[in-house]
Amino acid sequence: MTTDAEVVAEEVPAPESSRVGGWRAVARKEIADHLLSGRFVVLMGVLGIATAAAVFAASGGIRDVAPNAQGITALFLKLFTVTAEPVPFPLIVFVGFLAPLLGIMFGFDAVSGERSQGTLPRLLSQPIHRDEVILGKFVAGLTVVSIMLTALVLFVSGIGILRLGVVPTPTEISRLAVWLVFAIIYVGFWQALATLSSVLAKRASTSAMIPLGIWLVLTLFGSFIFGAIASVLSPRDGSDAAELAYLQTVQNVSQLSPVTLFQQGSSVLLDPEVRTVGLVTVEQVDRAIVSELNLTQSLAVVWPQIAILVALTAVMFAAAYIAFMRDEVRA
Amino acid sequence: MASTIRSRKLTKTYGEHTVVDRLDLDIDAGEVFGLLGPNGAGKTTTILMLLGLIEPTKGKIEVLGLDPRWNPIEVKRKVGYLPDAVGFYDPMTGRENLRFTARLNGLDDYEDLIESLLDLVGLGEAGDQPAGEYSRGMKQRLGVADALVKGPSILILDEPTTAIDPEGVVEMLNLIQRLAKEEGVTVLLASHLLHQVQAVCDRVAIFVRGKVVAQGTPHELAAVDKEGNIRVEFRLGGDPSKSRADLESLGTVSDVSPGRAPGSWVANLESGSLAPTVSGLVSKGADVIGVHRLDEDLETIYRRYFEIEEEEEATV
Repeated sequence: MTTDAEVVAEEVPAPESSRVGGWRAVARKEIADHLLSGRFVVLMGVLGIATAAAVFAASGGIRDVAPNAQGITALFLKLFTVTAEPVPFPLIVFVGFLAPLLGIMFGFDAVSGERSQGTLPRLLSQPIHRDEVILGKFVAGLTVVSIMLTALVLFVSGIGILRLGVVPTPTEISRLAVWLVFAIIYVGFWQALATLSSVLAKRASTSAMIPLGIWLVLTLFGSFIFGAIASVLSPRDGSDAAELAYLQTVQNVSQLSPVTLFQQGSSVLLDPEVRTVGLVTVEQVDRAIVSELNLTQSLAVVWPQIAILVALTAVMFAAAYIAFMRDEVRA
Repeated sequence: MASTIRSRKLTKTYGEHTVVDRLDLDIDAGEVFGLLGPNGAGKTTTILMLLGLIEPTKGKIEVLGLDPRWNPIEVKRKVGYLPDAVGFYDPMTGRENLRFTARLNGLDDYEDLIESLLDLVGLGEAGDQPAGEYSRGMKQRLGVADALVKGPSILILDEPTTAIDPEGVVEMLNLIQRLAKEEGVTVLLASHLLHQVQAVCDRVAIFVRGKVVAQGTPHELAAVDKEGNIRVEFRLGGDPSKSRADLESLGTVSDVSPGRAPGSWVANLESGSLAPTVSGLVSKGADVIGVHRLDEDLETIYRRYFEIEEEEEATV
């Protein structure tokens, strides 16, 4: 026997429910695509090898100094922040380097790929809103990225526990979790930028080049560009006050770059001893007591970084969304 | 009878360029309507406006009583669309591609439906091959199945026969006809290949540079030329020069020229003047052996409208 509710559900095609479900269908397909795609397998392989190398080096370095060191707390988190031969960078730098690439990889062909395959008109002629296409793809990309980054952190933790014999404290685990979310938002920024580029560029190759170019410029020439902007806004005349003002301006300007934001945020979140990301004068640190911040205090320090990064990501996503809504379907 | 697709003064301009110019369409339920015209005539733009994917500059559209501008989702729920040069997700099989479409349409129980659609378009065997391995014709057929997943009451096919082999064309056209006749689906068919599609269309509109230059059944269009005249071949007995003179003396006849056989003459007649002309001939004592109305195929008409367009272009 069927109840009245079931009969109604059968007779009336529920437009609301399928409206809600549209982006889910898109996301579901995209996630399956990503997980089965060659680029995912290659990325996971590269990630695994690079991470393993970095974490072995770091844990080796920590083991070498650990017997002599006194009072090092948050030892476990050092796995992510310590540089040791032969790997030239700590893990957080590696992730900072990798995150934009991940975002670009999962965003650059979001729309341009549909266009070049000739599937866009067919997709848009289905009874779904256009925004569901963008939203579904964005959610799918971030889901896969979250899986990858979480796996990476767990992998590092596993190796660290084995090699160091140190089990992370609850505080360290919460720091890692917050940092993971922060890193995912950072990837989200690049994915949104790549998605915007995929709407604007007619070909997938062009659409990959735009965000890659922006990333390279910000990474390689960032400090030069920020310095140049700051010297216009706050000219130096040789005096200490002007110099300080200039450095302050550099600091402020550079915080518009997601690359800087992520670096600063990461260093504070993963290192309880870092108390500021801003300028510190000698007078300020003189006779300061070395102590650790708790997570809430660290969060208070990087709150601006987190807020700006979230805002930049949201703006980028909105731009991609608007561009796609205004996009002509014509091939 | 209520039109399923209706447009009034539908216009789309891009800057200075008018792509669709005050188009009036009336397509009845259950008919196969051919929108025929060369590439760049504005066919695809018209279709995308009907689907609510392009905003019209001016004019009114109604699809199944809905305005695609305000109700695109409802329209797209009921209209199946096969785009020009349809594409599929290459790594996914034909079946998986159809599943995705089914989910986008909010369907839950679709396996049987997909199976029957694959059989319908003759891809029952190939359903589990990756779509990337499909030939152009197979993709085109999968595209028809894809457009049918939602159980549409209108099917819009953009260049369904382009780039497929002649045998495939025949199959495609049979399929279209079957859908219209058996399932009662209204079909709007856009094509530049007239001779291929004219056979299956109940009515056609000839669409050149954003304007409909002629509209009607293929038969009506074929029989009337641009001045509204019909071409008729008369076979007359007796002295050929006398019979020609008889013919030319009638006011309804113009442009008399020799026909294929001796004693036969081809002439232009004003539309509707066939009977008076024949009785005029008889009253002049001519020996009327046969009267044959010459139908042109659409190709000829089509070319003629092109020529007009080109002449107009030249005089501008």
